[in-house]
Amino acid sequence: MLRQLDIDQTHAITDSVVSNILLAVSCFFISNNMKYYLPRREKYWYILVISLTVSFLWMLAQQAVMWIIFNEGDNYAEVIHASWSIRFGAGFLLISSMSMFSLLWYSQQEQKEIESRKTEAEQLSKEAELFKLRQQLQPHFLFNSLNSISALTGSNPEKARHMIQQLSDFLRGTLRRNEQQWNTLEEELKYLQLYLDIEKVRFGHRLQTEIIFTDENLRFKLPALLLQPVVENAIKFGLYDTIGQVIIKIIAATENDYLKIIVQNPFDVETSQPFQGTGFGLSSIQRRLFLLFARNDLLQTKKENGHFITTILIPQISDGNKSKK
Amino acid sequence: MKVILIDDEPLARGIVKEYLQSYSDVDLLAECSDGFEGIKAIQQFEPDLIFLDIQMPKINGFEMLELIENPPAVIFTTAFDEFAIKAFESNAIDYLLKPFSKERFDKAIQKYLQHANPTSTQQVLETAASSPLQQNRIVVKDGNKIKIIPVNKIHYLEAADDYVKIITADGIFLKKRTMSFFENSLGAYHFVRVHRSYIVNTQLITRIDVYEKDSHLLLLSTGEKLPVSKTGYSKLKEVLGI
Repeated sequence: MLRQLDIDQTHAITDSVVSNILLAVSCFFISNNMKYYLPRREKYWYILVISLTVSFLWMLAQQAVMWIIFNEGDNYAEVIHASWSIRFGAGFLLISSMSMFSLLWYSQQEQKEIESRKTEAEQLSKEAELFKLRQQLQPHFLFNSLNSISALTGSNPEKARHMIQQLSDFLRGTLRRNEQQWNTLEEELKYLQLYLDIEKVRFGHRLQTEIIFTDENLRFKLPALLLQPVVENAIKFGLYDTIGQVIIKIIAATENDYLKIIVQNPFDVETSQPFQGTGFGLSSIQRRLFLLFARNDLLQTKKENGHFITTILIPQISDGNKSKK
Repeated sequence: MKVILIDDEPLARGIVKEYLQSYSDVDLLAECSDGFEGIKAIQQFEPDLIFLDIQMPKINGFEMLELIENPPAVIFTTAFDEFAIKAFESNAIDYLLKPFSKERFDKAIQKYLQHANPTSTQQVLETAASSPLQQNRIVVKDGNKIKIIPVNKIHYLEAADDYVKIITADGIFLKKRTMSFFENSLGAYHFVRVHRSYIVNTQLITRIDVYEKDSHLLLLSTGEKLPVSKTGYSKLKEVLGI
């Protein structure tokens, strides 16, 4: 093309090399640009603008470079002047098709990523839900309780019937509760008592509980299903880590605007090394307290004379509490 | 037929006792509420068959069996234990899921009578114990006493013929197991087999020195030194991320 315009070979080759290199740089720039900024559906004019701009810059740069290299005016300038529309057209076509291509490519890439993230998130939430369901059901507790009932139907039908009622009330309570709810200590202790009564049928010979509170404490509120896992943990720990009598103590107290609950269980100092930090099973409670109050200091554990002591502080900030006062 | 019941819940023992009443040739010799009592009773009475719960205080049913030289035939009774059930399913031995019916119970007894085979107890143990959840501790016999060793108290393990030496701050204990058994079951607890004869608690490593060509020397924070083989070193590098 350039030859037709009557210029020598050096000029023609240099011109085409320079144009092509600059064109490649432009395409690279466009493609990179798309990588980090993908125009949304209503902003597709952006592609047109950027393609035009880059084409224009490309033309300018090319002319500047040519001018620097040959540093001569008249003849060559004319050539360029004569060919600018063709050059611009070709450059623009290439650059804009490059940007279209990049747009398509990166959009598709992004789509794929979103898709895979979505399935992953769905998978995770499904697993979490299943885990929670299983936790709530407590299969070990449930089947062992049913086994106790099965044993009692032969030896003590009256007691068996009573235990079926307790177990039903407990399960109903589990189903009805949701974690957003706040209940009074009185309600929570009543629910807890059902659980303790069932455990006592199973471990009656070994398990004793002591619950200490004042009438004033009972009006204080706490999130549903917070206390129960702590006590459950204490019972499991106490029963399986020691042999013989196990006394689980639950003490409620009020301190300023806090409801303080202490749960205490015996453990074997020598062998119970495996659990670390706050103890097994308690980390989820720690997490829940953090989500509710954005504080990490509300759950504390310590070991004292062969006892494992869990202390929970519950700030009294719920609306329900204020309306009661 | 000499029988012993081992379960920590009295009512659970009660139902087995009740079901056993229809068998005239059964001698119920003992009822135990934990593994320690179980071991004593088994040594004393040498039963033909035991009914054994898995989740029990201090040591579980599997750990109890591990401590008995020649375990008798076992019918496991358990409420819910995914890992244990997996172990049973792959073996001939029977298990009862609580609560179980008299019919199911009878079937288990029939199965035992048809092929009473205590060696399958060993197989169940092998399978069950290799699930990592059972193994955040190792139960060993120390003379007449039973010692429960939490895994993080172990410095390292050393091969010793048919046994494995378990080296802890409280002393050295022996357990009749293979190195590869411990390599598998302790893998989940930051233990690495650094040498044909050594498995080390990686949390205790303070230094790794080049020893000779292709071999290294580990220094533990407890002052002990262990050789590391070439393959052991690459395993170690992988676990420690170096």
